[in-house]
Amino acid sequence: MINPFEVIETIKMIDEENLDIRTITMGISLKSCAGPDVDTVCEKIYDKITTYAKDLVKTGEDIEEQFGIPIINKRISVTPIATLVDALENPTVEKCVKIAKTLDRAAKTTGVNFIGGYTALVHKDYTNGERILIESIPEALASTELVCSSVNVGSTRAGINMNAVKQMGQVVKKAAELTADTQGFACAKLVVFCNAVEDNPFMAGAFLGEGEGECVINVGVSGPGVVKCALKKVKGEDFGVVAETIKKTAFKITRMGQLVAQEASKRLGVPFGIVDLSLAPTPAVGDSVAYILEEMGLEKCGTHGTTAALALLNDAVKKGGIMASGYVGGLSGAFIPVSEDAGMIAAAKDGVLTIEKLEAMTCVCSVGLDMIVIPGDTSAETISAIIADEAAIGMVNTKTTAVRVIPAPGKSEGDVVEFGGLLGTGPVMPVKGYSSAEFINRGGRIPAPLQSLKN
Amino acid sequence: MKAVVTVIGKDQKGIIAKVSNILYENDVNILDISQTIMQDMFTMIMLVDFESETVTLKQVVDKLEEAEKEIGLSIHVQREEIFTSMHRI
Repeated sequence: MINPFEVIETIKMIDEENLDIRTITMGISLKSCAGPDVDTVCEKIYDKITTYAKDLVKTGEDIEEQFGIPIINKRISVTPIATLVDALENPTVEKCVKIAKTLDRAAKTTGVNFIGGYTALVHKDYTNGERILIESIPEALASTELVCSSVNVGSTRAGINMNAVKQMGQVVKKAAELTADTQGFACAKLVVFCNAVEDNPFMAGAFLGEGEGECVINVGVSGPGVVKCALKKVKGEDFGVVAETIKKTAFKITRMGQLVAQEASKRLGVPFGIVDLSLAPTPAVGDSVAYILEEMGLEKCGTHGTTAALALLNDAVKKGGIMASGYVGGLSGAFIPVSEDAGMIAAAKDGVLTIEKLEAMTCVCSVGLDMIVIPGDTSAETISAIIADEAAIGMVNTKTTAVRVIPAPGKSEGDVVEFGGLLGTGPVMPVKGYSSAEFINRGGRIPAPLQSLKN
Repeated sequence: MKAVVTVIGKDQKGIIAKVSNILYENDVNILDISQTIMQDMFTMIMLVDFESETVTLKQVVDKLEEAEKEIGLSIHVQREEIFTSMHRI
């Protein structure tokens, strides 16, 4: 017989501590849709996505109902669209936008929350198609609702493509300007990566990588609230106990993800890819990564000690989760999206959490400078420089880093921007007033770093 | 398919009768039942077997939700695997 204490523990995690499956993401390869004529390509893309993912949302809802575990998002990731743009005859920005609109339409038909993969991987250099796709990103994001875009500008093995970094500053800026009526919302759907992963189920950075198969199910779990509640019970204990408690909790959370992933894979007849072990916060009170750090003994997230606390958390989540799943992948770690985390919003409003501190935190956690609202008058070169700093951290530390900043038009330090839903509320954070333009305008490539003599 | 029915709330007369009656009417077999007071709350956990091909889990859940409102308790129905996978290696 099942142990009543275990049953109650599980129910409590779900009902009171916001345990949920953050996303079931179906990866669909669009390689077979490539061709010279854009209309044919769009038709093929629409047909393939709506056929493969026709039961995705329904299956997610069925699992949710039968297991009593909330599954917040159902999403789709596709082959980097730049690959298809390269195959087009005379590719243009208009043709790229047409493909973006097709993705949007397919996503709406299937009922998913987001579709990711309007992507180009240019960590070393561009192809013609990639250059045009990147150019089209602002318009593509402004004219669609559910399409997410990402660009990989650097890697540990290739270095950093500074031409792409320069261009991405301009792209972010233009995307914000085109969606000024929604405070630059398009930028919330755009991520600039270094060392992007191929099997990430989380948005806005999900795409189906080059080495992936025809169709795959990847699952992202969540549960900062559960970790926080578990730590509350070990108040004052030493870090050995803290790490152990996080590991045990992460194990349980991940088992849930593994179960849902296997079940979804079986019901949809699609291979199971990975479980992403991330702690993904939501703006709901009690579902915050910042609160976990504060539970460890910091008065406010962002104060001295935050980086160490986050390093411990991130590592313990991985150690606990890794045994709970057959295949772990994606980004796997703690996310620190400022506008999506109640504790971080509060810390940023108080001025304790700054961009500089967040940058340090990205050295030890899952991704990077995520969902940060910056003043609308920030120059494209400054945004590029922020991207370059973050890419350098990823490149040198052999980890994924990313930048998702929103230069909210017309907003300045002290203002607050409301995105609503899971994307939350972002206080505008100040950036340095001094110019990085000359640095960014150099262009070229930062060479790949040494892999030995590590000190 | 096996599922776990959990009833949590303030103790009162007729809880087991009410819940087991709904299960009986919907052709659901009770395999095991345990009842305890946990943190001052009445907690009943039933392991049940859905045998019927005509009644779906959803229908039973809907019926139990009506009872939930009527007697003011929280009732969950979840497939057994969620508990075994989370707590057993």
